[in-house]
Amino acid sequence: MASAEEVAKEAERRDIRMRWLLSAPALLVIFFAATGPLLIVLVYSFLTPGPYGDVRWQFSPEAWIAVFMERDIFDDTLSLAAAHVTIFWRSIKLAIITTIATLALGFPTAYFMATRSEKTRDLWLFLITIPFWTNLLIRTFAVLQIIRNEGLINTVLLKLGIISAPIQILFTDTAILVGMAYVYLPLMVLPIYASMEKLDFRLVEAGYDLYATRFQVLRRIIFPLVKPGVIAGSILVFIPALGAYVTPSVLGGGKNMMLSNLIELQFGQGRNWPLGSALSIAVMVIVMVALLAYVRNAGRSEVRHG
Amino acid sequence: MPEQPGKNAIEVRGVRKVFGTGESQVAALDTVSVSIRENEFFTLLGPSGCGKTTLLRLIAGFDFPSAGEILLHGQDIAPLPPFKRPVNTVFQSYALFPHMTVADNIGFGLEMLGKPKAQIKARVAEMLKLVKMEALSGRRTSQISGGQQQRVALARALAPQPKVLLLDEPLSALDFKLRKEMQIELKRLQHETGITFIFVTHDQEEALTMSDRIAVMSSGKILQVGTPWDIYDKPAERFVADFIGETNFLTAAIANIGNGKARATLKSGATIDATVAEGFQPKDNATVVVRPEHAKLTSGKGELSGTVENIVYFGTDTHIHVQLDSGEAFTVRQQNTRSAGCGFDRGDKVGISIGNDAAQVLRD
Repeated sequence: MASAEEVAKEAERRDIRMRWLLSAPALLVIFFAATGPLLIVLVYSFLTPGPYGDVRWQFSPEAWIAVFMERDIFDDTLSLAAAHVTIFWRSIKLAIITTIATLALGFPTAYFMATRSEKTRDLWLFLITIPFWTNLLIRTFAVLQIIRNEGLINTVLLKLGIISAPIQILFTDTAILVGMAYVYLPLMVLPIYASMEKLDFRLVEAGYDLYATRFQVLRRIIFPLVKPGVIAGSILVFIPALGAYVTPSVLGGGKNMMLSNLIELQFGQGRNWPLGSALSIAVMVIVMVALLAYVRNAGRSEVRHG
Repeated sequence: MPEQPGKNAIEVRGVRKVFGTGESQVAALDTVSVSIRENEFFTLLGPSGCGKTTLLRLIAGFDFPSAGEILLHGQDIAPLPPFKRPVNTVFQSYALFPHMTVADNIGFGLEMLGKPKAQIKARVAEMLKLVKMEALSGRRTSQISGGQQQRVALARALAPQPKVLLLDEPLSALDFKLRKEMQIELKRLQHETGITFIFVTHDQEEALTMSDRIAVMSSGKILQVGTPWDIYDKPAERFVADFIGETNFLTAAIANIGNGKARATLKSGATIDATVAEGFQPKDNATVVVRPEHAKLTSGKGELSGTVENIVYFGTDTHIHVQLDSGEAFTVRQQNTRSAGCGFDRGDKVGISIGNDAAQVLRD
């Protein structure tokens, strides 16, 4: 006869086995679809490039050195790879500006939506999500149609006589910025709206009652309370903006390379898979470090609300 | 009764507030006028939806009147936004800022007024002491109990030394014992600070125990304004008499009206002295009210006679429900003693004697 304690222990063991079994399919998918390929990329970044775009199974730190350094072809001395640094810097800068721009546009939008009546709120939410129905490439080409030299903006400005020659927007950093801000705006609006919707607007009234002006209410009461949404939105915009590929290729015209274009180049024409892999891992590390720093910084004064 | 405008903290003149448009228009306040004196504990009493909170929100500035004016010490404040009115509110839900400490909450108003840091600190300390919350000044507002939140809300609203403090059912979320404590506490605070309090409640007992004067409201109108004694003993209308305390309504013919008094002839044929509500217009069937504790049950003869229908024991007193011979119902409240029973049984034939100065004639 097993004691009650043994029976309970056995039941618990069976329970744990069952849990592993049930979550096995999900774990397998996650491993083979996400973790596995990443490990391959990591391994490839330490290999030697082959002459036909393949890799030779020979350890080499060369790819990692090439991420930021340039080896002189004559005397093998190392110098800073100015082109790579420029691309890294431009990508990070554009991602940050995109995040700020979407925040500046998204915050008032979310506030507007959250202060509508319950019925109209759903309509606004629906309108915000409409762009998601269309392919990213098509949306990007739509932006291209608006900002190109013969596009909507330039035509109207020329017709009105405000400018005498078309403004070159397309194929500049500004074009990439406009495109990315447009594409990622819903990702900023939705999490802020989710926080804003939970906001107790009686607190806003209490603020007004205690002599706070509209701006002070915004800064001292509304903003701190919807901060979790702002943080989530910023992360959701910053990460894809840093790795954006389609928008910079179409609107930047390949002239202003971004990180993703650079990585693509290594796997394509560059035929340097180890360098492409090293660059990919480097981007991941940058994103992770930036996120950790941001969340820790922002989370310090954060409160759980609702 | 006209009053000198200078002596009034708040004067509401012909204020209307209409919500909605067209067909669905609702008048939350229907041409309300009332004067609230300085240093007064004034209560707006009425059932939910009577417009009491709407009136409070108009004074606070969260809504703006559709018509009429609101004077604060003689100055029209109706067009001012809430952050420009020297009036503060204690909200029903307290509305404490969850991302700030107790002390930061209390100091918020002063900070927004741009007061120097040292002055804010001193005032916050003073307020914490006033509401006995010194020990918890560094806590988040989510980490303190409902009663403590209530105190913080009070301190926060009092800190900027408003001319008028508005309280929107601040005690409704507290349990019975805490509510009793806070009632006394509020009276003390009002006395110590000398600030005019305008208190909104639907609890008639709360209104009676705390107020200097009460305005009874119903469907957007103020029915009667007076001291708790006036409101309880001399209700002007049926709604007021019914809403506050328990009352017996009797039909009577009124004669010899003069000097606020009259003779009322009841259905039983007996004639009693009664006070008459202001604005009473002589008519055939007037209503007379008698409070249950102002009548006495006798086994002999009284002004009324009937049969005991039910006896309900309440601890401090006993309610005896009598079916009058005239067909009306009447309840008598009798103080209990330790000797068993109230002296009557169901089915007993009894008389009811109504004391001198126990009856009031209503105007409607």
